[in-house]
Amino acid sequence: MKEFLTKRNSFIGIIVLATAFLYSKDGSITTSVVSTATAFALPLALAAMVGIMCERTGIVNIGIEGTLLTSAFAAFFVSSLTSNILLGFAASVAVGSLLGLLLAVMSVSWKMDQIIAGTIINILATGLTSFLYVQGRTIPSTFPEYDIPKLKDIPFFGPVLFMHGPLFYFGIFVILSLYVALFKTTWGLRSRAVGEHPSSADTAGVSVARLRYINVAIAGAIGGLAGAFLSLELVGSFERGFTAGKGFTALALMIFGRWNPLGALAAAMFFGMTQAYANQLMIDQVVQIPTQFITILPYILTIIVLAISAGKVRAPAAEGQPYEKENA
Amino acid sequence: MSDLLEITGLTKQFPGVLANDNISLSVKSGEVVALLGENGAGKSTLVKTVFGLIKPDKGEIKIMGKVMEPGDTAGVIAAGVGMVHQHFQLVPVMSVTENIILGDEPRKAFFIDRKSARQQVIALSEKYGLEVDPDAIIEDLPVGMQQRVEILKALRKDVNLLILDEPTAVLTPLEIDELLVVIRNLAKSGVGVVLITHKLHEVMAVADRVLVLRGGKAIGFTSPKETDEAGLAQMMVGRSVVLRVDKTPANPGKPALEVKGLQVLDDRKLLSVKGVDLVVHKGEILGVAGVEGNGQREMVEAICGMRHRLAGQVLVDGVATKDMHPHAVHASGVSHIPEDREKHGLVASYSIADNLVLNQFDREPFAKGWVRNISQVNKNADAVVEQFDIRTPSAQNLASSLSGGNKQKVVVARELSEDLKVLVAAQPTRGVDVGSIEFIHNQLIAARDRGAAVLLVSAELDEVLSLSDRIAVMSGGKIVAIVDSKDADRNYIGRLMAGMKA
Repeated sequence: MKEFLTKRNSFIGIIVLATAFLYSKDGSITTSVVSTATAFALPLALAAMVGIMCERTGIVNIGIEGTLLTSAFAAFFVSSLTSNILLGFAASVAVGSLLGLLLAVMSVSWKMDQIIAGTIINILATGLTSFLYVQGRTIPSTFPEYDIPKLKDIPFFGPVLFMHGPLFYFGIFVILSLYVALFKTTWGLRSRAVGEHPSSADTAGVSVARLRYINVAIAGAIGGLAGAFLSLELVGSFERGFTAGKGFTALALMIFGRWNPLGALAAAMFFGMTQAYANQLMIDQVVQIPTQFITILPYILTIIVLAISAGKVRAPAAEGQPYEKENA
Repeated sequence: MSDLLEITGLTKQFPGVLANDNISLSVKSGEVVALLGENGAGKSTLVKTVFGLIKPDKGEIKIMGKVMEPGDTAGVIAAGVGMVHQHFQLVPVMSVTENIILGDEPRKAFFIDRKSARQQVIALSEKYGLEVDPDAIIEDLPVGMQQRVEILKALRKDVNLLILDEPTAVLTPLEIDELLVVIRNLAKSGVGVVLITHKLHEVMAVADRVLVLRGGKAIGFTSPKETDEAGLAQMMVGRSVVLRVDKTPANPGKPALEVKGLQVLDDRKLLSVKGVDLVVHKGEILGVAGVEGNGQREMVEAICGMRHRLAGQVLVDGVATKDMHPHAVHASGVSHIPEDREKHGLVASYSIADNLVLNQFDREPFAKGWVRNISQVNKNADAVVEQFDIRTPSAQNLASSLSGGNKQKVVVARELSEDLKVLVAAQPTRGVDVGSIEFIHNQLIAARDRGAAVLLVSAELDEVLSLSDRIAVMSGGKIVAIVDSKDADRNYIGRLMAGMKA
């Protein structure tokens, strides 16, 4: 019980109470703000899942930003070319997995420094998407909102959770499954063992390299989902630098959430809320501040969050270290 | 009946070292075979190859008559081989149960069946009489208990062949005796055992046959019936070795190192040194005996300025030393042979020559002002490599290329290179072969005879008994007794170490 009374959880408590208070004042606006927040939060949470998947098996992935950017671009570009958003979605997931595999090749097979490997992916992403970007392209449509019958009628929670597009639901499903998989399945136990103490796994007959390859590639696919959600469901367009640092914010959320999918989801929700509230304050003209300040809010929060949680959390012990079998 | 394990012509070349040179060995059911050899003789390479952790260049491994695929650990495990590794292969943040089931988890559909996993662990622990708490987290357990988990992990499948790579290095005398009984019982029940150890009396006590390796080559088989400890030592080193330490009585002078009321926290912020008072005089060796994890490590680190002293003082020649300032402590005349040579003793990515001057690289003759004098560094290195018999092709090779025993020699050589007032030696011969142990012991005694105060901390009771002039027994973060080594009784100290009232 004691572990629930952390600073982290009191944060969540404050947000929940504040929301409840505002809801009692004005139900419809609060509902719409929180609903927006949820949509803001999902890509961040998914991007944090990419980090969790990788780091839990011992691979540091700072290329999440690049993965999001490239897959968001692929989703948009392919949808636009083929006039089929499903093909765009498929392309996005494929590109994400490919970038995951690239990271795996560099960090597992070539035993490269993983920070450099991730940086390569980020640079590649910026270059590639800027080069291939053509102004004025459009996609036929975004993924349509699908309201889940019955559930959508629940006050507050209905509009917040059950009035979104298909990729949103799929994303939530992925996050919850990842949590279960990581802590309840054989795959999860082995993955965590590989991230904490790879030689233990190796001596127990678990192939470290294979598991790292698989996990980093799946993580890439999740990154692809996040990218597709951004360009095909949330925004419906693509510009240069479209992801605006979400991949890096995700790393902070991963740490804040202690490498736990649900923790990172909560952290992402906290971020989404802050942004949505700030937007609302501006729209209502409650506060007169330049938009730039609203835009930088997530980044400032990233810094604050990291400063609060740094040093108190423990990362998977073997992250960032290539596994050398012969020295086991 | 065919042999359990049959190795023929096994050869493995590492960069610069022929680790295994055409080695053949067979192990029968119910037999305990000890592998004996100096550090770097190729024992670990041999058993790791058998377990599929290293791919051999040449040679064949048959387990129960079946040729094994090189590098197929899962296949070897399936064939009924269990291995207790030299370095614990346990995930520190996971529970005992999780560690034991890792790699072959009982499951229901996709999920781990935790209930039956837990029951398996309890049953296993009862079967072999090795008590463990299935829910404890590994990093909270003392090393002896971790070793038990490691052994249970190896025994989980009905093993036909059990490989133990230096299983006793971190155990107390009592735990070692228990382990040897377990090994004997396993052999009686038909299990073949391959045991690597540096401790000759363990070999004498438990082995049926002994294979001696030297420089990657099999020197030959012997058995405890045909030889004695001195004979074994001679076979492994290739010359006769004095196993007993020869020393003259100490001639203690004034107090050189005084520790007063020292209290220190461990990594988990728990009080692990609970008020220690010690005095080490010039020209004497004070040995600290104790089961590991009773505050010795924290005490040593606090003395050397590497860990915050919560309370208390450390005085050198009557002058208080600065807390948390290793450089200042060192400058006041304290040399330190750290317990963890890889982490605190050496810079693995520096050359041996540079490592040998880490404590004085910024002073004459190794530097002039800001400029290093590389030729002096190299000259010094060549001399020390020769004098300390550090086995390396060149002093310019990286420290990481050395075997464990030779790394330790580098640390010892460096720490003894200066005029020192106090030498703090923590586990100075851990994982070091008999030839090097003899050498290091002689160096410690020579330092004492030159007038240094030596604080020796060792988990090896025999080492403490043979080297020390006085013996302090540490238990539960306190010094529970200080006895003169003349009056020291092995059993009495053993009981104190175990926390019993003597």
